[in-house]
Formats: sequence, structure tokens, C-alpha cells
Amino acid sequence: MESLLNDIAFIIGTTLMYSTPLIFAAIGGVITERSGIINIGLEGMMYFGAFVGAAVAYFTQDPWLGFFCAGLAGASLGLLHAIATVSFSAEQIVSGIAINFLGAGLALFISRLVFDGATQTLTVPNKIPLPLAFLFGEGKLFPSAGFMDLVFNRFATVYIAFALVFVSWFVLYRTRLGMRLRAVGEHPEAADSLGISVFRIRYGAVIMSGFLAGLGGAAMSIAVVSRFNNTLISGHGFIALAAMIFGKWKPQGALLACLIFGGAKGLEIFMGAKGVPIPSSLLATLPYILTIIILIGWVGRSQPPAAIGKIFDKGED
Amino acid sequence: MSTPGNSLKDKFLQGALSITLMSILFGFLLGGIILLVTGFNPLEAYGVILKGIFSRPKYVSYVIIYSTPLIITGLSVAFALRTGLFNIGAEGQYIMGALAAAAAGYYLKLPIVLHVFAAVGLAVLAAGVWGGLAGWFKARFGVNEVISTIMLNWTALYISNWATTIPSFGRQGTGKTYAVQGTAQIDILGQWKRTPEGIAFLREHPMLWDVLKSPVNLGFVFALVLAFLVWYILNKTTLGYELRAVGYNPHAAEAGGISVKRSIVVSMAISGALAGAAGAFQVLGVSHRIATLAIMEGYGFDGIAVSLIGNNSGPGCVFAGLLFGALKYGGSKIQDVMGAPTEVINIMIGIIIFFVAMPKLIRMILTWKQRRRLN
Repeated sequence: MESLLNDIAFIIGTTLMYSTPLIFAAIGGVITERSGIINIGLEGMMYFGAFVGAAVAYFTQDPWLGFFCAGLAGASLGLLHAIATVSFSAEQIVSGIAINFLGAGLALFISRLVFDGATQTLTVPNKIPLPLAFLFGEGKLFPSAGFMDLVFNRFATVYIAFALVFVSWFVLYRTRLGMRLRAVGEHPEAADSLGISVFRIRYGAVIMSGFLAGLGGAAMSIAVVSRFNNTLISGHGFIALAAMIFGKWKPQGALLACLIFGGAKGLEIFMGAKGVPIPSSLLATLPYILTIIILIGWVGRSQPPAAIGKIFDKGED
Repeated sequence: MSTPGNSLKDKFLQGALSITLMSILFGFLLGGIILLVTGFNPLEAYGVILKGIFSRPKYVSYVIIYSTPLIITGLSVAFALRTGLFNIGAEGQYIMGALAAAAAGYYLKLPIVLHVFAAVGLAVLAAGVWGGLAGWFKARFGVNEVISTIMLNWTALYISNWATTIPSFGRQGTGKTYAVQGTAQIDILGQWKRTPEGIAFLREHPMLWDVLKSPVNLGFVFALVLAFLVWYILNKTTLGYELRAVGYNPHAAEAGGISVKRSIVVSMAISGALAGAAGAFQVLGVSHRIATLAIMEGYGFDGIAVSLIGNNSGPGCVFAGLLFGALKYGGSKIQDVMGAPTEVINIMIGIIIFFVAMPKLIRMILTWKQRRRLN
């Protein structure tokens, strides 16, 4: 019984760990796409954020400063995407693809300059802390390696991610700003005629999405692991993108999608650790196949915001 | 001044080609500025790159070898885009094609030529099914092709990795499979250049010898044929017309009697088949085997860039693929020669695509003088 509980706790814990970077980026995706701007550049933003986060954390020894700078790194790419898509009516997918090349290119370019030609950073001295660590261990409230420890003794980024989901839900659905943002994404002409600045809302949303994707990258490079390397963010941004669509462009939906994905990953690692007689590489397909099955059988057609990807031109040059 | 819209210059200013060329110019310009800011001489860097592309016959053939899979995955993405679908899955379809070609090339016992046809045919089939699957998910269940192809990419990667661990196929402990048989290889003079007569002959002809030092193969020829086929199918056949009509306006196409669902599946299958062909030629002509992959190799994602720079057209992909291949190969040399990070190439590609995305900005820059004169 004890071991079964611990097994479950192990799976939940791994799920949380793997979901967190995705949650940050996916929420970023929700915010920009609800304002009507597609952001396929999440991958590049995470990539750049993961590098900047690890590099700053390495040189300053301050993981929080690294975390914040990772957000800024992502936001700077977000600004580029906003300039292209909002000011110059760019093809949004094309601009996003450009961001992916730029994000990875900049990260590796700077890494080679700063870390002696290597495409990876050195190990950061301090990772993002475990805020609840004081509760677990010998003579503390909960024993170490017990159920509570395995589930709740997690990096601060995990808790921030969950708070972020709530905050973004609240802002989107319970505040005037959120209502305006959604209006801009559904019907920019109508929003504009009511005096809402489509331009400002979209700039803000795209930059914010970059900031959050950057945080997601750092949640990987200075929490899940303790350094950046060139294979760290290999497709996470695209999976976050998929989670956002999967979650029907809603924060709570995106959270669920990220958890399902992280859960499949947790299950894969658990089955691998338990020596299940399935080759590990076939086991590794589980999260992806499961996602497709869920999409086919359960989610069905997802409806994007009405004005997504469409160019809005105020027509008064 | 001539009337606007008629002179050759005005046509150029309005055309897609001028936007592409200007974007490439900006890519080189801003890439140069980045090098300058980080303490490298951009002229020296571009000199090294140019030399690294053209100064030896071997380099030119390497550029062509690097470009071949990029051209074909570019065609794959372009075909889907022209029919209104975004195929992020060229990566996975490429992997499935490479896997099928490696398996067919190793296991089947067939005479020369026939063996190549069989291996490429199976690769195209496997990758076509892989792409068609994403089309079917979309047509039948409404699953967005962007998500399904992302998932299918990873599924393909792990299936391929699993295949390299099969005892009769993968060489124990090397992470690689056994090489495809000679009958399935598409190398040009691949066997001959290692025979004593071949070596003796090549010593007399240093130019040819230099070229044959690289794994020259027929892949590039096939890529050109495929580029023509893509152009022909899209522009000159009923099928291409129908597929483009669905991409342009599915409701109108449906009303006009075209099955939208069928078109989506067919289009994704053809797109996938193309990416699979890229994987097959790479295996049969260059690597001769597949290996365990830690991450995606990026041929599919680079194909998206090629398609976008090439304006989603067949000839455009050939041009953009050669440019990308040349930059990738030539750019790899600035690291050794002057210690400048080779990733400046990725940044340049990003900048080029970034400007390609903004025809409005480019037109503003191009017509700036004209507008100032009018004002």
C-alpha cells in the first residue's frame, strides 16, 4: 500500500516537473492568440530564455535574476514578433518561424562567445529553490521520500506556473483588460470602433507571451536541470503550442493539456524505472500517441479566436 | 517618369522576387552588423564563407549535397502551404522515409536500379501514409494539423530509434544500422572510385577526384525532377487546381463539387511523400544508414524556411535550398578560420524570413524615394 502510494506520488511529481515549462509557454500562447496574433515562435522564445536564464544565473549566482532576465529575453523576441505582425501586417506564421530561427541562433551564438565556443553553459551554482523544503525530512512535518515529499517538494517555478494559470484566467475573464483583449481577438474592427486600441493590446499580448515563454525556458534550464545546452529545448515550444490549441485557447484548458502531456511523460519514466518489458524508445512515444488519441476521441474540433491570423489595418495612414 | 505599374522596374518593385532579394540583402547586412558588434570583421567572414563554397570543386559538391534534402523538404512544405495546410510534420515524414529506405536497402535483395526504385517507393509510401494520417485526422476528426504533425514527428523519431535497436538491423552498440546494399545506393561512381583502376584514373584527373571525395549522388537530380513535378501538379493538372481551390476557399470548393476532406488527405499525403523522398535520397546517397537520434535533425524545420524564402514555389525552393545549403556549409567554416560562431547563419536565415514575412515594410523601403518625390 505504502509503495503503491509512493509510486503514484512519483508519477504526480514527475508530471508536475515536466509540465511546468510547458505551462508557462502555453499560457503565453493563450494570451497572444486570444488577442488575434498567432505565435508559432514560442519554441525560439523558450530556447533563448533557457539560455539567458542559465547564463545570467551562472554569472550572477542569482537564479531569480536569471529567471527574470529569461523573461526579458523572450519578451525582446516578442517585441520583434509584435513589430512584424502588428505594425507591418506580417504573415504571422512566417514571422513566428523567423523567431524560432532567431531565438535558437542568438542563444547558440552568444553561448559560443561567452562560454569559450561551447553550445552549452556551465552549471549554475544555485538553482531555483524548493520553497517548501523546510517541511520535509528528519524530524520535520513530513518524512522525506514520502508521498507528500514526492508530490509537493517542488521547485518554486511549479507553484508560480499554477498561480499564473489562475491569474491569467482571472485577467482574461474577470477584468476589463481581459475582456478588451478577447474582443480584439474576436472582432478587432468592433473593438476599435469602441475606442479600444487594437495596436496597444496586441503589442502587450505578444510581448507578454514572449516573456512567459522565456520564463518557461528558464523553468527548464535552471530548475528541471541546472544548465542550458543545445538539446535542452528540443520541441517544447511546439508542444506548448499544441497544448494551447488542445486546451481550446483557454488557460485552464492549456493547463490540463500540459498536465496530460507531463503525465504521459511521468508514466513513461515510471514504467521505464520499473523495468516494464517494452523497449524504452517505444515507451517514449506514449505522450505523443496519447495526445493524438485524446484529440481524436475527446476534444474534437477546436475553434480558434475569430480574428486570429487576420491582418487588422485601421485604414487611416 | 514612366506610368507606374508598367515599366520593368515597377514590376520588379511589386513582385515577390524583389521582396525575397531585398530580404536576403537585409539578412546579410544585419548578419554583418551582428558580427561587427561582436568583434569580427564581417567582410572577412563573408570572404571565408564564399571561399568555403566556391574555392574547390569538392566544396561546391558538398553545397549541392547539403542542399538536396533541404530543397525536397522545402517542396514538401510548399506543396502543403499552397493547398492551405501547414505541414510542420516534414521532419517526421522525412524520418519515416529514411527509416523505410534504410530497411528496404538493407533487407531486400534486388538488382541495381530496381532496388533503388523499391527503396524510394517504400520510403515515399511510408512517409505518404505518415503525412496522410495527419490529413485524415484533420478531415475526419477536425484535429488541427499543426498539433498532430508535431506529435507525429516525435512518434516517428522514437519509432526510428527503436528500429535501430532491432538486432538484425542495428549494429550492436553503435547506435547505427547496417549499411544499405550497393544495389540500393545512388552514389555517383561510388563503387568505382574505390577500385584500383578508379584510384589510378582519378590521380590523373585531380578536379574529378576532388569532386568525388564528397559523397556525390543522384539526389540533386531527383530534387530538380521533384521541383518540376510539384510545379507541374500544382499549376497544370486538375488535381493541383482542386487542391489549391480547397486551400484558397474550402466552402467555395465544396460548393463547386470538390471533396474538401479527400483533398486534405491527398494533399498531406503528397506533402509527406515528398519529405519521405528527401529522407530516402539522404540514406541511399549520403549516409547509407540511419542512426539513433537524440533530437530532431531539423531537415523538416529547415524545409519550412526554404519554402518561405522560395515563395512556396517549385523553382523557388530549388533556389532557396541552394542558398540555405551554401550558407550552412560555407558558414560552418568561419568557426575554425576566425572563431566566429557559425550560428550567425541561423540568425541570418531568421532575419531573411523575418523580412520575407513583411512585404509591406519592404515595399515601403523600396518605394521610399518614389513616395518622397510624389510628396
